[in-house]
Amino acid sequence: MGEIEGRGQRMIALCMLGCVLFNFPILALFNVPGTFFGVPVLYAYIFIAWALLIALMAWVAEMRG
Amino acid sequence: MLQGWVIVVTSFAYLGLLFAIAFYADKRADAGRSIIASPYVYSLSLAVYATAWTFYGSVGRAASDGVGFLPIYIGPTLMIALWWIVMRKILRISKQNRITSLADFIASRYGKSALLGGVVTVIAVIGILPYISLQLKAVSNSFTIVLQYPWIIMPAKVTAQPIMQDTALWVALILAAFTIAFGTRHLDAAEHHEGMVAAIAFESLVKLLAFLAVGVFVTFGIYNGFGDLFDRAAADPKLSAMMAPLEGVAGGYASWVWLTILSMMAIMFLPRQFQVTVIENKDERHLNKAIWLFPLYMLAINIFVLPIAFGGLLHFPDGSVDADTFVLTLPMFEKQELLALLVFIGGLSAATGMVIVETIALSTMVCNDLVMPVLLRLRRLRLNERSDLTGLLLGIRRGAIVGILLLGYVYFRLAGEAYALVSIGLISFAAVAQFAPAVLGGIFWKGGTRRGALAGLSAGFAVWLYTLLLPALARSGWLPISFVGQGPFGIELLKPLELFGLAGLDQITHAMIWSMLANIGAYVTVSLSGVQSADEHRQASLFVDVFRQTGEGGGARFWRGTASVPDLYNLLARFQGAAAAESAIQDYARARGLRWPGDVLIADAEFVNYVEVQLAGAIGAASARIMVASAVKEDALTLEEVRKILDEASQVVIYSHRLEQKSRELEAATAELRAANERLKELDRLKDDFLSTVTHELRTPLTSIRAFSEILNQDPDVDLAQRRKFLGIITKETERLTRIINQVLDLAKIEAGRAEWSEAPVDMREMIGDTVSAMSQLFQEKNIRVETRLPEKVTPVKADVDRIIQVMLNLLSNAVKFCDPSDGRIEITLTEDERGLRVDVRDNGPGIAPGDEQKIFDKFVQAGDTLTNKPQGSGLGLYISRHIVEHHGGRLWVQSRPGEGACFSFTLPLGRPASAGQLARAA
Repeated sequence: MGEIEGRGQRMIALCMLGCVLFNFPILALFNVPGTFFGVPVLYAYIFIAWALLIALMAWVAEMRG
Repeated sequence: MLQGWVIVVTSFAYLGLLFAIAFYADKRADAGRSIIASPYVYSLSLAVYATAWTFYGSVGRAASDGVGFLPIYIGPTLMIALWWIVMRKILRISKQNRITSLADFIASRYGKSALLGGVVTVIAVIGILPYISLQLKAVSNSFTIVLQYPWIIMPAKVTAQPIMQDTALWVALILAAFTIAFGTRHLDAAEHHEGMVAAIAFESLVKLLAFLAVGVFVTFGIYNGFGDLFDRAAADPKLSAMMAPLEGVAGGYASWVWLTILSMMAIMFLPRQFQVTVIENKDERHLNKAIWLFPLYMLAINIFVLPIAFGGLLHFPDGSVDADTFVLTLPMFEKQELLALLVFIGGLSAATGMVIVETIALSTMVCNDLVMPVLLRLRRLRLNERSDLTGLLLGIRRGAIVGILLLGYVYFRLAGEAYALVSIGLISFAAVAQFAPAVLGGIFWKGGTRRGALAGLSAGFAVWLYTLLLPALARSGWLPISFVGQGPFGIELLKPLELFGLAGLDQITHAMIWSMLANIGAYVTVSLSGVQSADEHRQASLFVDVFRQTGEGGGARFWRGTASVPDLYNLLARFQGAAAAESAIQDYARARGLRWPGDVLIADAEFVNYVEVQLAGAIGAASARIMVASAVKEDALTLEEVRKILDEASQVVIYSHRLEQKSRELEAATAELRAANERLKELDRLKDDFLSTVTHELRTPLTSIRAFSEILNQDPDVDLAQRRKFLGIITKETERLTRIINQVLDLAKIEAGRAEWSEAPVDMREMIGDTVSAMSQLFQEKNIRVETRLPEKVTPVKADVDRIIQVMLNLLSNAVKFCDPSDGRIEITLTEDERGLRVDVRDNGPGIAPGDEQKIFDKFVQAGDTLTNKPQGSGLGLYISRHIVEHHGGRLWVQSRPGEGACFSFTLPLGRPASAGQLARAA
């Protein structure tokens, strides 16, 4: 049960991280004109942060107890 | 090539393929080799979340709002992170209670309330209608547009067409037929639709591939990659504003946040999501993979949304083409017929997947939680006496599917034209979000009551109706538009889009704020101000504490009454069919090591509960409760009794915790006792040794005294010289006896801690000199040379002088005993350093055998082989000496090498703390 609770706490932390990453004011930092490797900055930021979050979730979810 | 018949044939061929997949999956499931029992199929089936809204509507949204389409997918990602906690719990609860739908879940949580189940069903059906109409609109529009190839012509207003020529109606009817064939071919007790899940998973693959194909084509086929596309967009002033769009959008960040929250709720509480995530789940562990695979799917299907939107805006700058159709019209514009066909099939996949699962989920709810409870209560129908109800159940479900799709079509005709796809869908999202307080509150808070849930749901739904649905109808001209503009009856405060003057927000944010406020407020307030019935109390415990229970049938102990097995069998047979009922009861019997029919089954609480759970799979918890209640004579449990059962259970838990603690303490105490016992046994053995050794030591001199005394007594002829010699021996042996007795007494005193110590400053130089001169007679007799090396002056040390002399005498007499018999030599050295004084006594005897350096300090141990050598002392001297030295805070030890003599040393510390004596004694 301890392992399951630990994983749950990591997941809650990831959810909170996501809430911060995809919210004002962090989002406002990237809400600027211009491009990043040819892609609008905001768009690039959201997709990179999103992919990162999914990778972390995969890591936590697939951890061997 | 894109003639009408090609498209129609392809569409039907595709639907046929889906049906084949479903058929195959069902066959496999019947054979016990499920193909959907895989985390990958499970994750793909969750992607039924991506509908025509995602496939066509996201691009439309992106074309007006830039990144504004993304919260709909980021929200679920955030929510899924919490699934490890929330969804695992819901899954466990649903499996244990055989939940068949969202309505069943809520009804079951709040005391199996039929009324609540009905309310949830009504809200779900009305709330989802806009969403279904969205799918109809998308399919019929894409069909109409693709038919016009190579021209790109937007479909005319539907309301202008006669109904029978409206594609959307035909789409609705075909989908209804298809869904009926899919979902209601037979009645599954657990509401599992393996075939449907397999088909949905396949559709998820198709729509993803189709969308990625268009995305790659637009980005890399029409343009030269992302850089080129965004460069051109940046050159357009209208488009460049969308690169950093969040301030520009109505509501800005507030809208972004609320859309995120809204979609977090939607991923949990859309009836079709609940269906695939919870009801169709085969294994809780599939969640581990789905937690990241499903978000990954959403990420993948969104990568090309903005490029397609920008591509569309660059291609059709005049606004003549609806942005919701860019996905289709771009390939058509570029004359990519096959790609256009693939897109059409992809869109069809997205829409049919949603419609199939949603209508099956809703029809289950309508049947189990709305129609059946009413029919069962109508005594006139005498349903209780019908022998087989499976046909009736299937009929109700089929009717519900057709009804829901037609209602969706009606909504499409009424209000579908005024809104873009995404806006229509969001209205449905806001409706299902109303379930969040009742469900989440229900699984984490035992205090939520049936009345609270009813009040919350009704209040939230009413606000939703007023702020979202009515304005949508008003905009389409079905209500006076002044209702929106000036408020009902001209009351400004009640304007549905600016309720109580809350202005400046977009419509969805506004509606969410008010409806959630009303919903949560009513749920909490009413729950806190009322009391739960016994049923509610029991169900609340079963749901909230689901992880504390083991196995199925956790509710069995809450039942009291009388029933008969045949009655219950008949009940099951009526709803599931005779064969299913028979095998269910046989399963029950087998699990208890019985055979049925044959052995006697007892219709106890467990059995009744088993039947009720089985029945719940077919007709829902609320209906099952009614039916079982009709078949058994149930004595209602009072609230007090349920409380007592629950309290007893928690008391038992507390007791068992205490017991565990006690037993741990006991174990520790036992270990201590065992150790003490070992020590006592050892001491006892030592005492025995001591007694036998002491008596042996005493007997040796006594024997010789007695022998010589007898000689003197019996033989008067012994001459004088002989007499003297014998008397000398007797005297010596007596002295030895006295010495031994003194030492034993000393030992006893020291060991008991009763020895008296009179401490005074002692000059060790003087002490050593006195001792040596007192023994000079002995040294001369044995012809031993004694050397003393004393410093000029030493610090006086505080000690008991008699005892220290005793130590010194003991060491010296030992040295004398073991000295080289011909050329004996003894060295006595006194040294002083800052810590204290040290005395070394060195002899030149045979030394001590290695390994005996410690042993010789034990009681009654003597150096040398006691078997061959005559013992030369009591064996107590060194033991007592060591005690004395240690009492003074010093140390006594020996260094020796065989053949080179032994050196006994002891130290006496100078600044000895006063307590050292007591410490040594205590030790």
